[in-house]
Amino acid sequence: MSVQELDKIFQDKIDAEIRIEPKDWMPEKYRQNLIRQISQHAHSEIVGMLPEGNWISRAPSLKRKQILIAKVQDEAGHGLYLYSAAETLGITRDQMTEQLLSGKAKYSSIFNYPTTTWADMGVIGWLVDGAAIMNQVPLCRTSYGPYSRAMIRVCKEESFHQRQGFESLLVLSKGTDDQRAMLQDAIDRWWWPSLMMFGPTDDESPNSQLSMKWKIKRFTNDELRQRFVDMCAEQVKLLNMTLPDPDLKWNEERKHYDFGAINWEEFWNVVSGNGPCNKQRLDARNKAWEKGAWVREAAVAHAEKRRARLKSEAA
Amino acid sequence: MTDTNYKPAGKAPFPPGRAGGWAFILHLADNALIIGQRNAEWCGHGPALEQDIAITNISLDQIGQARMLYNYAATLYNGFDSNEKTAVDHLVPRLWKAYNRELEEDDLAFLRDERQYLNLLLAELPKGDWAQTVLRQFFFSAFQFYQYTELQKSSDTQLSAIAEKSIKEVTYHLRWSAEWVIRLGDGTEESRRRITDALGELWMFTGEAFKPAPYEVIAVEDLKGAWIEKVATVFAEADLELPKSGWSQAGGKEGKHTEHLGYLLADMQYLQRTYPDSTW
Repeated sequence: MSVQELDKIFQDKIDAEIRIEPKDWMPEKYRQNLIRQISQHAHSEIVGMLPEGNWISRAPSLKRKQILIAKVQDEAGHGLYLYSAAETLGITRDQMTEQLLSGKAKYSSIFNYPTTTWADMGVIGWLVDGAAIMNQVPLCRTSYGPYSRAMIRVCKEESFHQRQGFESLLVLSKGTDDQRAMLQDAIDRWWWPSLMMFGPTDDESPNSQLSMKWKIKRFTNDELRQRFVDMCAEQVKLLNMTLPDPDLKWNEERKHYDFGAINWEEFWNVVSGNGPCNKQRLDARNKAWEKGAWVREAAVAHAEKRRARLKSEAA
Repeated sequence: MTDTNYKPAGKAPFPPGRAGGWAFILHLADNALIIGQRNAEWCGHGPALEQDIAITNISLDQIGQARMLYNYAATLYNGFDSNEKTAVDHLVPRLWKAYNRELEEDDLAFLRDERQYLNLLLAELPKGDWAQTVLRQFFFSAFQFYQYTELQKSSDTQLSAIAEKSIKEVTYHLRWSAEWVIRLGDGTEESRRRITDALGELWMFTGEAFKPAPYEVIAVEDLKGAWIEKVATVFAEADLELPKSGWSQAGGKEGKHTEHLGYLLADMQYLQRTYPDSTW
């Protein structure tokens, strides 16, 4: 069969909403596009453990400590399913790890911002997980089977995290003046970076068009960002707090909230390595990986010794 | 792997936790919380994702145990008469007294000073490298296994129920940590050197568990034989030499700690102390 014919079968399947599975033929560009997107997503989960892990030792109650540990641990789990999904496309977890550690692969830029107060934990749950869910729910229907199935699991846990995050913010919003000030400050710091999580505007997004055609993506960056703004503009009222955007207002004609200009210069700088914590995050991952090398080697060596012993006993 | 047939010749099941046993409940809770806090330090920094998840799972179990125990201690305290309250006053957080409300689990965890903490020194030592973490966990879980086995027989039904629930978790912690001790002892040259170094660091902190404190209602000295036997079995498989019993560090059970605990508490308690009596 010619590539053209294979390509037609492939696109027909996509158009008919039939999932592509690992053994199916797929265009090389589709495979590469997916590897990039899934591994970036997996890396984001793993790097995302760090800013929240930063508050585990200082969580203000034992219950909050448990919730936070469990949440960060869920992120490690998401990283695992996503790496497995990417492995079905012919790349190994070690190769992907290498790409992350060398700085070649990207991860969500939001994790290059510091978590400086406890309120950041709840605000990350509400805004960052909220933006992630907005991006990820459509991925449950993405055209590649293993990715779509991984995302169904991820999304269930993420929406739980988002509710937990918002609940902890409701508590702060009803707390002391100090707690309310801590909350407003955290919202002010996380709002714009959260909007940037949807990626560049549609006309600046290099991978979007093809991803839409192949139904890897189903909504554009700007569509998802608008939905997110509309949702948060209402939710913030429940907290009696404000979003740090003087231009935010309801547009009756569009039936959407208008909002102010995003600082894309900041966005591109953080993406390209100049965020406040880019170096710190990558250093932490590199250190964990290097310090763990002897442990991983010992586990392999021991397993081999055991196998050899079993074999000689059987002989 | 775990010796479930263990039956020590202990004392008769101890009486329900009135003031006499209150410190003992705190001791159990502090052990679980402090080692749980240490293990959580691995979160996001483990040697492999699967092990990152495993060690934080253990931490979650331990913090869960601590919560049940603090909760029970707080409930008991709130029901004490004034004589009983006086008897345990030295263990009650000073800051809480100004709050004018009942004692809660978090007051016990976040407002007691270092000298009021009654955990074993072993639990508070820094996490060190992976060898120190897993060996400490193994020593600790092996002790906790026999201790909770005894506690299950307590006539204090609340305490026996907590022990019964927890021992399922502890059995897993013991199996997991024993497997790691074996893997590192019988792995590479480097892992063997590291687990041997860890043993050198930790051994003198293991004896404290078996020296009874005045409030201790279990005959802990009677648990030592079973513990040594368990350690010897795992060490044999790991090809590690069992050190001779020597001088043991002690004091944690009476609130006399290493320099490490103060930093752990300063970090852990910072929000509750900076914003007193707030709801989180």
